[in-house]
Amino acid sequence: MSDFNRRDVIKAGVAATALLGGSGIVPVRAAEPTWTNVPESGASIRVLRWKQFIQAEFDEFAAQTKKFSEKTGIKVRLDAESWDDIRPKAAVAANVGAGPDLIIGTLDDPFKFPEKLIDVTDVAEYLGAKYGGWYPVAEKYGKKDKTWIAIPQGATGGCMNYRISHMKAAGFEKFPTDLPGFLKLCQGLKKNGTPPGFALGHATGDANGWCQWLLWAHGGKVVNEKNEVVIESPETLAALEYVKQLYETFIPGVLSWNDSNNNKAFLSGELSLTLNGISIWTVAKNSPDPKQQEIAKDMDHAPMPIGVSGKPTEQQNVVVAYGYKHSKYPKAVKEYLCFMWDKENYDAWEKASNGYVSPPLPAYNDNPIWTSDAKITPFRDCMKRCQDNGFAGDLGYASAAVMGDFVVVDMFAEAATGTQSPKDAMKRAAERAKRYYQV
Amino acid sequence: MTVLAEPTVRRVRESQLSRMLDGRNTLGAMFMLPAAAILLLFLAYPLVLGLWLGMTDTKIGGAGRFIGWNNFSSLAKDTVFWLSVFNTTLYTVVASIIKFALGLYLAVLLNERLPFKSIIRAIVLLPFVVPTVLSAIAFWWIYDSQFSIVSWVLVKLGFIHSYIDFLGDPWNARWSVIVANIWRGVPFVAITLLAGLQTISPSLYEAATLDGASNAQRFRYITLPMLSPIIAVVMTFSVLLTFTDFQLIYTITRGGPINATHLMATLSFQRAITGGNLGEGAAIANAMIPFLVVAILFSYFGLQRRKWQQGGGE
Repeated sequence: MSDFNRRDVIKAGVAATALLGGSGIVPVRAAEPTWTNVPESGASIRVLRWKQFIQAEFDEFAAQTKKFSEKTGIKVRLDAESWDDIRPKAAVAANVGAGPDLIIGTLDDPFKFPEKLIDVTDVAEYLGAKYGGWYPVAEKYGKKDKTWIAIPQGATGGCMNYRISHMKAAGFEKFPTDLPGFLKLCQGLKKNGTPPGFALGHATGDANGWCQWLLWAHGGKVVNEKNEVVIESPETLAALEYVKQLYETFIPGVLSWNDSNNNKAFLSGELSLTLNGISIWTVAKNSPDPKQQEIAKDMDHAPMPIGVSGKPTEQQNVVVAYGYKHSKYPKAVKEYLCFMWDKENYDAWEKASNGYVSPPLPAYNDNPIWTSDAKITPFRDCMKRCQDNGFAGDLGYASAAVMGDFVVVDMFAEAATGTQSPKDAMKRAAERAKRYYQV
Repeated sequence: MTVLAEPTVRRVRESQLSRMLDGRNTLGAMFMLPAAAILLLFLAYPLVLGLWLGMTDTKIGGAGRFIGWNNFSSLAKDTVFWLSVFNTTLYTVVASIIKFALGLYLAVLLNERLPFKSIIRAIVLLPFVVPTVLSAIAFWWIYDSQFSIVSWVLVKLGFIHSYIDFLGDPWNARWSVIVANIWRGVPFVAITLLAGLQTISPSLYEAATLDGASNAQRFRYITLPMLSPIIAVVMTFSVLLTFTDFQLIYTITRGGPINATHLMATLSFQRAITGGNLGEGAAIANAMIPFLVVAILFSYFGLQRRKWQQGGGE
């Protein structure tokens, strides 16, 4: 009986209704999910979320938070920190049992301390039932075993940001969709003095994003389905040989780049191609500087090219909201989540962000912002195209640790720069990964 | 058998208690208790906890199991850990020596009769007053691969043709963070040594001058020996603060590129907090203790040797 959860109850109910309806015993009507949470009286909660790259996005989020407080009487203190600072704060809060009631952070952080988190299965199942289900990858980031420990907010989607004129000058009418074409484009850009550049420093979002994609695109992976470390493989070797050629085309300095460097380089006109969110284009478009407006007009976005598997293998910066059991007001936390993820509110926030967050529920894809400009559209399906960072194994302590310790990024950086041979870089990465996965 | 009345018993007990409280040892111990409690609670307990964590497989938010020396034995085979040991040693030795040399030079200079001495002293103190993170961000901009002011000036002056990759090359990055640390640490050394210089009696210099001692001889045989106790203290602190530096590195490079600037402190943080492995992170932090003890013993006892203070040959 303990294996029977709310979802099973909903499914059984729907099946029974369909059965009875089919036999004409009861009239068939789509079950309308209900939300019956009653927040604690006098509740006040503290929310810590990721720091905005687009001001209007945060302003709308804060405005909706205020609206929530006015509607429910629940006071909310909203703080923001950069990705890199949220992770340690979330860890400390879990360890000491004090701090924010709710954190909106990144990736599989909640899987490092699942027993410290509020069970939000009812919120997730309510939203899922109401809006036709979550993307499978969103469900993987939110659910541990049969319990939802986090509510995915979406992905601050990463796409290839490129200068249209520079791409054409390099001999491409359209952005390449395969790995050989991608390398050829980068070589062409370099030859024309309009180089590409991808972060290879300890950049949480950008460096992990494109390195994981490149590994998976070549068929390599850190672990298999049994969570056994299999990074030492011909596929990984192929990825490392590829990156050596790719690195030669990069603008100098990428080894030191954090998540904001490529934005700066692109906006200064020194960079023609990088992996980033929509923020470069949004900032350029809204800038009073005519040079930046020119850049915005000349740039476009594309999904990451597809590799040997024949399907997208993107790694995206998925953001997830998780409440702590140490909160005195867990029901207020759930009420807040339910309110902020409500389609009407989510849509308004998404519009303000200019499509910065790829939605976790396909039902949210009908937001007019996604088609308001063709340059925004590629970001809509980031959640659809992405693999979770534990691929092909489970999300958990080890997958989070491998990413937090930059195992894959360092492997690519070592091979790309020739600091280590591809074989040695792969071996070192395997040793580091095994130490996390052996636990 | 004599039976004492109740008030008599109480009086005897009270007098014993008051005698005990009046005793030097008891009273001294009682006065020491609050300080001892603070030391135990805020200094000893975290240290012991850190030592214990280093022997466990504790993860973030979870209880760990005792695994003995496993963390240390796996670290012994970890090339990134040994790279961080090398980086930390290089960072500490180079930065401490240069900070001392520059600090001593500045202290001697500021001890002379200079115009606008107060303003100059205030300027010298500036790097120490600015919060570390702010100065780290400033250096991050100075070293930026695309927007570095240093590169820009050198290019404009025609000395170089392309921007210097300060933080994108392993050795460039190491020297860059060392320079940032020196900039930040020099004022501490300079101002403390200046305070020491001002305690040296001018009569010693007058006597030496009358005896025909040169500037170099006065420095060698009066200034240095008289200053050596304070040098010992300053260098002890300087080495400790440099060895355990975290903020500068974390803000400027986060240990990159390819772990070339990871110090033991930053690696400990990365493994413990972002990596979630508290046990291993604590083990890395614990591995710093022997290095620190050696550094402290050297600078504290070595520099305080009486022969050195008296200008002896050894």
